[in-house]
Amino acid sequence: MNFEHTEDRRMLADTLNRFITEQYPFEVRNEVAGSEQGLSTAVWQQLAEIGALGALFPESVGGFGGAGFDVSVVFESLGRGLVVEPFLGALIVGRALAAAGSPAQQAALAGLIDGSTVAALAHDEPGNHYELSRVATRATATANGWQLDGAKAVVLQAQAAQLLLVSARVAGDVEAEDGISLFLVPADAAGVQLRGYGRIDGGRAAELSLQGVQLGAEALLGGAGQGFATLELAIGWGLLALCAEAVGAMDVAKQYTLEYLQTRKQFGVPIGSFQALQHRMADVLLEIEQARSAVINAAAAMEADRLTRERALSAAKFSIGRIGARVAEEAVQMHGGIGMTWELPLAHYAKRLVMIDHQLGDEDHHLQRYIALGRSVA
Amino acid sequence: MDLNFTPEEEAFRAEVQGFLRDKLPARLRDKVKAGLRLTRADSVEWHTLLNERGWLANHWPTQYGGPGWNAVQKFIFEHECAVGGAPRIVPFGVNMLGPVLIKYGSEAQKQYWLPRILNGDDWWCQGYSEPGSGSDLASVKTTAVREGDHYIVNGQKTWTTLGHHANMIFCLVRTNKEAKQQSGISFLLVDMNSPGVEVRPIITLDGEHEVNEVFFTDVKVPVGNLVGEENKGWTYAKYLLTYERTNIAGVGFSVAALERLKRIAAKVQRHGRPLIEDPSFATRLAKVEIDLENMKTTNLRVIAAVAGGGVPGAESSMLKIRGTEIRQELTSLTRRAMGPYALPFIEEAMYEGYADEPVGPAEAAQAAAIYFNNRKLSIFGGSNEIQKNIISKMILGL
Repeated sequence: MNFEHTEDRRMLADTLNRFITEQYPFEVRNEVAGSEQGLSTAVWQQLAEIGALGALFPESVGGFGGAGFDVSVVFESLGRGLVVEPFLGALIVGRALAAAGSPAQQAALAGLIDGSTVAALAHDEPGNHYELSRVATRATATANGWQLDGAKAVVLQAQAAQLLLVSARVAGDVEAEDGISLFLVPADAAGVQLRGYGRIDGGRAAELSLQGVQLGAEALLGGAGQGFATLELAIGWGLLALCAEAVGAMDVAKQYTLEYLQTRKQFGVPIGSFQALQHRMADVLLEIEQARSAVINAAAAMEADRLTRERALSAAKFSIGRIGARVAEEAVQMHGGIGMTWELPLAHYAKRLVMIDHQLGDEDHHLQRYIALGRSVA
Repeated sequence: MDLNFTPEEEAFRAEVQGFLRDKLPARLRDKVKAGLRLTRADSVEWHTLLNERGWLANHWPTQYGGPGWNAVQKFIFEHECAVGGAPRIVPFGVNMLGPVLIKYGSEAQKQYWLPRILNGDDWWCQGYSEPGSGSDLASVKTTAVREGDHYIVNGQKTWTTLGHHANMIFCLVRTNKEAKQQSGISFLLVDMNSPGVEVRPIITLDGEHEVNEVFFTDVKVPVGNLVGEENKGWTYAKYLLTYERTNIAGVGFSVAALERLKRIAAKVQRHGRPLIEDPSFATRLAKVEIDLENMKTTNLRVIAAVAGGGVPGAESSMLKIRGTEIRQELTSLTRRAMGPYALPFIEEAMYEGYADEPVGPAEAAQAAAIYFNNRKLSIFGGSNEIQKNIISKMILGL
């Protein structure tokens, strides 16, 4: 039993944290987050150079890490800096490629790892409300390959992406796990239309319309209709990443709030001397430690059997959803009026923490999923 | 980062499990697992079995008859005992007084009292709380006045757990009224058979006789029963309160309680289906189960820090708060699982050997009583609000 990271991981975290502190301070971050591109190519390239992308993948596909704790270390640092660069897309698409890609398809991993390719997962659809197997987008076989028709919702960083991983149904009922396929789609393919917008927590996303998109046979990732397991696995990595990112953001939100309690005076004394606020802060601390444990449990379960892994992931995402919103709300409340302002960095941490609950399934979704997975154990 | 126990630790766990399988009487295990009330004889029986194996005083160093375990071993032992349905070790002698005597007692005191704790010659209870003191323990009013070779003790202690079973009590007494609150306190060992000691029961809201009031009227205590120095008792008291709190989360108890709850909820029916499949019940059950899974890891993180040479400081306050919240939620769900059958209050059914037809589902008789009894968890040992004060001061620096 050992709860310390290896020296390699500690060094990676130090390097990332230092880069973020020096090169990506809050003013820079907010400028990037609100820009038309919604990311910074220069920052992205530098992060790739210091290994933040390579750490997400195992050596077998060209990375130098790829274990659960590699991913959690990277994303915790990204969370500390509220980094909006497209790491999540790289992780999810890259993991899907690594799990199910042909050698020719896996060639794309090199671009993901060196940062020259921006990738995005296009899975959610209007009305699917986090349900992983609910896919209405259709894939029809053509003489040369496939045709895609449908719509995808809130695709992160889609406008910056060159490569989209799109889920589509080749067979079966709209909620069936069988019959889902995954396709590698160039973002500039004819029939792919984007409606881009900014996000409340910074960065950009887009609604995606697919109309008569023609793809070659090589676009299909894995077996036709057999994409669900790959999708679940890849999204599992995304869940771990979001949970770790949240813990990083929570630590900073806690630190800001603590400093505020120690310096802000009311009635002639620091407000941190009031027991009502002390107890709220003690609760926040305790909850964050529970969230950290949830991430440790999930990261440790990534190599376990499917049920163990997915239960740990849903337990973690539930915990993070609940605790993230709690930390965000408490931090804003304890800051009072200033906590309501755009200019205060804390406010952006609060927004990110709450919005993480809206990605890849919220606390309600994952609690129900945890229960359902438990039934299939029994 | 590695959440697995080492092969040596797993071997130790297997050794503990083997001991429980071979030595823990089925009668005791079944009582504990069903949540029935234990007698003094039950505790003595279990203490004796543990002592024969050398595992009773598991916090003590080997030279005094302890097993010399490290923090991880202690955790594994306590966890396996709780999960395996062993009675709790009554902590006052072995886990509380023992370490204080080992650190602060005279050689003569160690030689005399420590073996008696191990052999069960003495049953100790704790004389800390007084009427009105609540969580402010330093407000001790019971006095000890030196007269020749004796102290004369006058005053009252309260919430004395299992004091009615005890023949000895360790007390905080005021030996200097002029000194500031914490500095005039001494740590005194009192024979409860002395003239002037009177024990009166306090019946708790679940109808149980677990705690007592203890009155002292001109009780003569030999000066040899003073531990350490006069007026330094607060230091010893604090040491006792912070000593070995790595199991304060009671994760093992929660694991056992969760198993019990699931067993009950699989039998009780609602809408013609097992209660465990009811959406709102299943949701609340899953929430506490996840919280417990997180707590297990939080607890192990603290254990690992202690095993690595750290001291469990205010982290144990976090373990105490969330650990007791989880335990209380589990007793609450168990009570709710009984539906209307939480109401019947048939005290005899909470003891071994109840021969009548049970009213309601199995284990219904004790569900509400255990829930009410366990409200104490967030009050004693420094209320959860006091724990938050400690976190605020010691960790947050507020």
